[in-house]
Amino acid sequence: MSSWWGGVQMGPPDPILGVTEAFKRDTNPKKMNLGVGAYRDDQGKPFVLSCVRKAEAIITSKQLDKEYLPIGGLGEFSKACAELALGADSEVLKSGRNITVQTISGTGSLRIGANFLSRFHGGPLDVYLPKPSWGNHTPIFRDAGMQLKAYRYYDPSTCGFDFKGALDDISKIPEQSVIMLHACAHNPTGVDPRPEQWKEISDIVKKRNLLVFFDMAYQGFASGDIDRDAWAVRYFIEQGHNIVLSQSFAKNMGLYGERVGGFTVVCNDAEEAKRVESQLKILIRPIYSNPPMNGARIAATILNTPDLRSIWLGEVHGMANRIIKMREQLVAGLKKEGSSHNWQHVIDQIGMFCFTGLKPEQVERLTKEFSVYMTKDGRISMAGVTSGNVGYLAQGIHAVTK
Amino acid sequence: IVPLAVSVNRFEVPQAAPVAVFKLSQDFSNDQFPQKVNLGVGAYRTDEGQPWVLPVVKKVEKIIVHDDRLNHEYLPILGLPEFRSSASKIALGDDSPAIQEDRVGAVQCLGGTGALKMGAEFLRRFYNGNNNTKTPVYVSAPTWENHNAVFANAGFDDVRPYKYWDAENRGLDLAGFLGDLESCPEHSIFVLHACAHNPTGTDPTQEQWMQIADIMMRRKLFVFFDSAYQGFASGSLEKDAWAVRYFVSMGFEMFCAQSFSKNFGLYNERVGNLTIVAQDADNLKRILSQMEKIVRTTWSNPPSQGARIVAITLNSPELFSEWKDNVKTMADRVLLMRAQLKAKLQALGTPGTWDHITEQIGMFSFTGLNSKQVEYMVKEKHIYLMASGRINMCGLTTKNIDYVAESIHETVTMVQ
Repeated sequence: MSSWWGGVQMGPPDPILGVTEAFKRDTNPKKMNLGVGAYRDDQGKPFVLSCVRKAEAIITSKQLDKEYLPIGGLGEFSKACAELALGADSEVLKSGRNITVQTISGTGSLRIGANFLSRFHGGPLDVYLPKPSWGNHTPIFRDAGMQLKAYRYYDPSTCGFDFKGALDDISKIPEQSVIMLHACAHNPTGVDPRPEQWKEISDIVKKRNLLVFFDMAYQGFASGDIDRDAWAVRYFIEQGHNIVLSQSFAKNMGLYGERVGGFTVVCNDAEEAKRVESQLKILIRPIYSNPPMNGARIAATILNTPDLRSIWLGEVHGMANRIIKMREQLVAGLKKEGSSHNWQHVIDQIGMFCFTGLKPEQVERLTKEFSVYMTKDGRISMAGVTSGNVGYLAQGIHAVTK
Repeated sequence: IVPLAVSVNRFEVPQAAPVAVFKLSQDFSNDQFPQKVNLGVGAYRTDEGQPWVLPVVKKVEKIIVHDDRLNHEYLPILGLPEFRSSASKIALGDDSPAIQEDRVGAVQCLGGTGALKMGAEFLRRFYNGNNNTKTPVYVSAPTWENHNAVFANAGFDDVRPYKYWDAENRGLDLAGFLGDLESCPEHSIFVLHACAHNPTGTDPTQEQWMQIADIMMRRKLFVFFDSAYQGFASGSLEKDAWAVRYFVSMGFEMFCAQSFSKNFGLYNERVGNLTIVAQDADNLKRILSQMEKIVRTTWSNPPSQGARIVAITLNSPELFSEWKDNVKTMADRVLLMRAQLKAKLQALGTPGTWDHITEQIGMFSFTGLNSKQVEYMVKEKHIYLMASGRINMCGLTTKNIDYVAESIHETVTMVQ
């Protein structure tokens, strides 16, 4: 009997998560997983934040029930999530002109946002992504029914920001299109605009009357300071952009598998926010009805309990610092190996990822000969680098680039 | 405040109507009447009218919180492997030939809703051609109100009702159902409630299921089970899975969306499983690889807490046994309330027949109250139920059942 699914092709392996799978199969004791962006401590182990453990203990002791959350999620979480991004003294929060819903981490937030724009955006359904952007952005927006376009962002010749190219491209974007901006710690390049550059971007975006979609997956992770990392988001809002914003707590709270995120729409006023909220619920219900409790409860407990919040800020700072240190040690290591290349970009870039500048053939060699696993675009997750393996990594990179 | 330079109200966003079942709960919350009763949203309640975290769940949560080896890392895209396989076994049976033949796979999803969503998205892309949004999707009349939206939002243009509830006789409209199966376009998709039909509580008998399966096989219709109440309906996991297992034994390539919200009481942890029965292992592999792509753009990977609780429970003989007891506790209380409600209505001499209350099964009962009567119940008696006349039996307790019975009696006599 013939099958319904005879014509279903084998899907290509997911490039990012597929790297981890290949890594797991490798038996080389020196292997390194620099693929997926999950933080590791200096022993290369997953890091459960102590504020998370403390929050879990508090939650367990409360013996809460497991009743369905509202469609928009845990209220105390959404409120704290918005405050974290916008700042507690934000005029937006005071006037109640934002709607923030709990989402299934960053992906879920982007998807809800994309669905919302696809249904309600009055302008062209074109999303302009920086070139390059997180690999999953494209299929998310596409599946939501939007078209993908790009603006120049990364300059391979400097391994830095193509500021002129970006402004040039943005100045030509048709009015009312959607522009995606990475709030901090750009993924995959680690290249962020400086504040003066953000100001110019804001100006030109305003001139073109574009709808700004901020993706903030690394607040706290970039500089170690949550306010500093949210600077661009807050600046744009002050400048009058009614942004939409995706937030993830996967990295900055280490809550990856709990799927904690938020989606915010900054509206003209509270009345508009209410209407938008009602429509977000209509979008969410046929996907998953209402979001999972556990992670949101942990995040809310941390954000809303002063002691835990303090501990958290310290731990986020610690994670960011370790990464900064690894960047410095990698560059020092490459110098020691005798590399003649300029590796300054490794230090200038920020956040979990580093765009090494390695070409696909070099990446392939690094994987095959050194069992160093990373994505083809030359991106490495600095979180996977430790003081124990940074020397080996420097060796490998030098070997394939000399 | 900086004057808004960009003041374009770029969203033409009308206020959407609230989701009925949640509005009902909200109205109930706001009601100050001391004897109010909530027979609305579908969650289990104890005889004290309280939510119930299953004792086995509490036990397992303690295990998890004290296990230092566990962390919060990402699950694989398709979910926790030990959850997926044990959940599918629950639906299909430990000794399922299909499982032994390596042609059963699963996707861990966000609740039953998420499982339906993933299945719907897959079908829209790959079933009956590529991206064939015109393939009719049939949902029972009536059905869970979110079924329509799930399939419509997945891109299906044509979501239609199949005859199911016979209001006059308060039972299954078998002839209508079979008639729709015979006359629908070939390859139509049918969403079948595995047991404890929501909202009517009326299930086909085994013989009736066999008739349904025959026609579906002959007319090449797609079988998509929604199994949200396994164990909850009769108290027996096996009994409640009979229809699903029968269809598998018939050789269908089919989907079964499972929810562990009710039978594990894990409502807010969003634990669901889309069980996929394929023709062979190769088909299964290709299906799962495409499922990964769909998952990746929706939620990337599923939440770990709930799946861990279920996996640990199902994979430990002791905990599994304890869980089955907890499930039976819930099912038994519902059966008791059914019996008592019917008895009281009969004792009161309430006009009409009330056998359907004990003939129906699961959490819900389609009382047969019409919308005017429902309005009376809500406004005058402060008893909250859905406009369709659906009540959640779990909202009944030994303390409020007399008030509810008397109110139904009053309503039926006063309002036609």
